[in-house]
Amino acid sequence: MSYPDIPRSKFERAPRPADGGDTIRHASIGYFADAMRRFTKNRAAITAAVLILAVVLFSLLTPLIIGDRTPASLDAYYAKKPPRLTRGGTREEFTERGMIATLAIGAGASAQDGTSVPFSEINEEYDPVRGEIKRDGNTFIARIDRYLEVGFVYMQISGEEMSNIREFERESGRTVLYPLVAQNEFSADASNANLWYKTDRRLNPVDEGGERIPYSEDMTLSENYMRSEDGTPVYAVSSGGEDEYRVRVLYYNHYIYKNGFAPRYVLGTDAQGYDLALRLAGGIRLSLGIAVCVSLINLLLGAAYGAISGYYGGGTDTLMQRLTEILSGVPFIVVATLFQIHLAKKVGPIPSLLFAFVLTGWIPTAGRVRAQFYRYKNQEYVLAARTLGASDARIILRHIFPNALGTLITSSVLIIPSVIFSESMLSFLGIVNLGGASATSLGALLSEAAGIWTSYPHLMLFPAAVISVLMVSFNLFGNGLRDALDPSARE
Amino acid sequence: MSKAKYILKRILLMLLTLFIITTICFMLIRLLPRELPTDKALAAIIAEREEAQGLNEPLLVQYFLYLKNLFLHFDLGTSWYIAPGTQVTRLLADRLLPTVLINVYSLLISAPLGILLGVCAAIFKNRAADHAVSAGIMLFVSVPSYIYAFLLQYVFYFKLGWFPQVMYSLSDAGSSWFSPRMLHSMVLPVLALSFGEIASLCRHTRAELGETLRSDYMLLARAKGLSPYGATVRHALKNAMVPILPLIVAGFVGVLEGSVIIEQIFSIPGVGQLYVNSVKLLDYDVFMADSIFYTFIGLSAQIVIDVCYGLIDPRIRIGER
Repeated sequence: MSYPDIPRSKFERAPRPADGGDTIRHASIGYFADAMRRFTKNRAAITAAVLILAVVLFSLLTPLIIGDRTPASLDAYYAKKPPRLTRGGTREEFTERGMIATLAIGAGASAQDGTSVPFSEINEEYDPVRGEIKRDGNTFIARIDRYLEVGFVYMQISGEEMSNIREFERESGRTVLYPLVAQNEFSADASNANLWYKTDRRLNPVDEGGERIPYSEDMTLSENYMRSEDGTPVYAVSSGGEDEYRVRVLYYNHYIYKNGFAPRYVLGTDAQGYDLALRLAGGIRLSLGIAVCVSLINLLLGAAYGAISGYYGGGTDTLMQRLTEILSGVPFIVVATLFQIHLAKKVGPIPSLLFAFVLTGWIPTAGRVRAQFYRYKNQEYVLAARTLGASDARIILRHIFPNALGTLITSSVLIIPSVIFSESMLSFLGIVNLGGASATSLGALLSEAAGIWTSYPHLMLFPAAVISVLMVSFNLFGNGLRDALDPSARE
Repeated sequence: MSKAKYILKRILLMLLTLFIITTICFMLIRLLPRELPTDKALAAIIAEREEAQGLNEPLLVQYFLYLKNLFLHFDLGTSWYIAPGTQVTRLLADRLLPTVLINVYSLLISAPLGILLGVCAAIFKNRAADHAVSAGIMLFVSVPSYIYAFLLQYVFYFKLGWFPQVMYSLSDAGSSWFSPRMLHSMVLPVLALSFGEIASLCRHTRAELGETLRSDYMLLARAKGLSPYGATVRHALKNAMVPILPLIVAGFVGVLEGSVIIEQIFSIPGVGQLYVNSVKLLDYDVFMADSIFYTFIGLSAQIVIDVCYGLIDPRIRIGER
C-alpha cells in the first residue's frame, strides 16, 4: 500500500497546551461518586429510600409530637378504640331502643344538676352520634363516635379523690360527677350507668305515667335520678366501706381528669388501651433497631470469617467451611426457639433473639467475602503488594477487601427486611415475646391483633401496612444499591 | 468421581452433619429445666414416666439411651403433653400429610403460573407487561405471606363468605383429606402459600430467560430463519429452565419449612403447628423430633438441588471440583 506523496508544507503542527496536555481537567469520579450517580437515576430506589426515611421519621417524631400520652393505668374502657383519623366515627345500625339509648348518653352528659334536655339540645362535645341519623322503618343508621359511646360508669372512690375531682371540675369547667340513678320500677338494669332515664322492663323509654315514648328528633327523656328528701339530686352514696363512695362519672371527662389529655387517638388504641401510634412508633424503633444491629454484627463477623477463610485457603478453609456447613444446617426457627428457652430468662428476650439471628446470619456474608477473596488473592497486584513486603493484614484490608465492599453493603441492607420478617414471624407464632408495657415490636403488635382483628381491623391494618412498606422499600432500596455498587451483577 | 459415588459421599456428609446437629439439639433440650404440671395426679404420672425413661440419669447416659432407641427401634420417644403416650414418630407421620398436601397443591398452582408470568415479562422486557409483572413480583416477594393470609381471610371469608376461615378438621370434612369439603377449605391456605412462590419463580424465570434471549445462539437461531416463537420456546426456554427446575424442587422442600405460620393462621394440623405447640407446651420429645425433621429437610434440600443441577445440565459434571 502506498500513500500519495503529501508535501511537508501541508502539515500543520497542532498547538500544544501549556501544561503538556496530560493532566485530568475534571474532578475524577471515584467508585462511590459513580455509584451515587447510578443510584440517583433509579427512581424506584429513591422512592424506597424516601419511604424508609418517612417510616423512621414517624417512629422518631411521633413520641415528640404527641408527647408521652401513655394512660396512667391500663384502661379497659378505652382499649381497642378505632382510629380518629376522621371525625366521622363508625357506622352502626340500631333498633329504636338502642338509638335512644345512644343519644341519651349525649343528652345525659349535656344536662346539669339532674335535669333533662331534649335531644335537639345535646352538647356537640359529648354527642356520640355524628351527623345525620337515617331511619329505615324500625332500623336506625348512624355514625357513632366510639370514644363518647362509653358514656357513664359507676365507680368506687375515696372522699379525697372526690374532692380532687370537684377541684378539677371547677378549674376545667368539665363535669365529671353526675347524679346517681334511682332504683325503682323505672330502672331495669342497675349496673348500666347509661340508663339515667325512666324505662320499662324491656328498656324502652317511658314517661312518668309509664307510657312508652316513641323516638323523635327533639324528644325529651324523663329523668330518673336519685334524689334526697328535699328533691336535690344525689351525687354520691357511701358504699359500705369506710371513706368509700359510689359515684357515677362521665368516663370521657374522668379520663381527662385522670390523664390530663382527652382520649382522642389518631390511630386508635391497642388491645391494652395504649395509644396505637406510640406503640407503632416504638415497634418500628425496636424492630428496625434489632434488624440494623443484626446487619452490622453479621457484616463484621462474616467479613472477618470470610476473609480469613478465603485468604488462607487450604486446610484452614476446609475446616472453617465444615463449621459453617454444620451451623447453617440448623434451621433458624429451631435456633431461635432454643435461644429463647435457654437465654430469655437470663439476658432478656431481645438479646437472646439477637444471638439467634447472629448465630447463623453471618454465614451468607462470609460466603460472599470468601468468594471475592478467592477471586482476587492470586491476581498480580496482590503478588506485587506481597513482593513489596505488605503484611497479610495489609493485603487483606487494603488490597482485597475493598473489592468486596459493594456486595457487602448490598447484602447487609438486604438482611434488614429478612430480619424484620423473621422477627415478626417468631413473635406471631408466640415463640418470641417482645411485647411489654414499655416496648413492643411490630411482630408483637401483629400477634396481639391476631385473635381479635376481625372485630378491630385497625389493630392489624397499621402494623401490617408498616411491615409491608418496610419490606418492599428495603428490598427496592437494596436492589437499587446492588445495581449502583455492582453494575455487573445487574439482572 | 462417578455420579453414584458423589451422591453417596454427599449423603454420608449430610448424615454426619445431621448427627452433630442432633447431638447439640439433644444436649440443649435435655439441659432445659423440666417442670411438673400443677395437677398432682398428672404430675405423679409424669414423674414416674421420667424415672422410667431414664430422664433422671446423667446426660450422657440419656444420650446413649436416645441413640439406642433411635437406631434399634427408630423410636424418637413419646409425646408428653400434646398427645400423651403417643409415639413421636407416629405423631409426626400423622401430621406430615396435611403439610405435604398443602404444599403440593400450592406447587401445582405456582410452578406453571410463575413460569408463564416470568416468560411474559422476559419477552416483553421493558414494556408495560414487564413493568406490571415486575412491580407485582416486588410486592409479592417482599410482603410477608401472613399478610396475604389475613387479606385473603378478610376478603373471601368475612366479606364474600366464599371459603371457610380455617381448614376443616378431618372429622368435619368426611374423614378424608381429599373430600370436596376439605379441598374447599384448603383453597385459602394454598393461595396464601402460592403468592410468594409464584413471585419468586417469576422473578428467576424473568432473569434467566432475559439472559438466554440475549445470548449468541439465539441470534444464530433467528438468523437461520426460526420464528421468534420457535426460537424462544425451543432454544431459549429450554436453557433458561436449567436453573429454574432445581429452584422448584428447592421451593417445595423449603416451603415445608416456611409454612409454619400459614399452618398456624389456618389451623392446619401439620408439622409446623405441631412444632409451635410443642414449644408452647414444652413437649420436649416432640420438639426434638420436629427439630430433627426440619434439619433433615433443610440438608436434603441442598443435596437434591446440587444433584438436580447435574442431572439437568450436562455441562455441570457431578462430583468435579
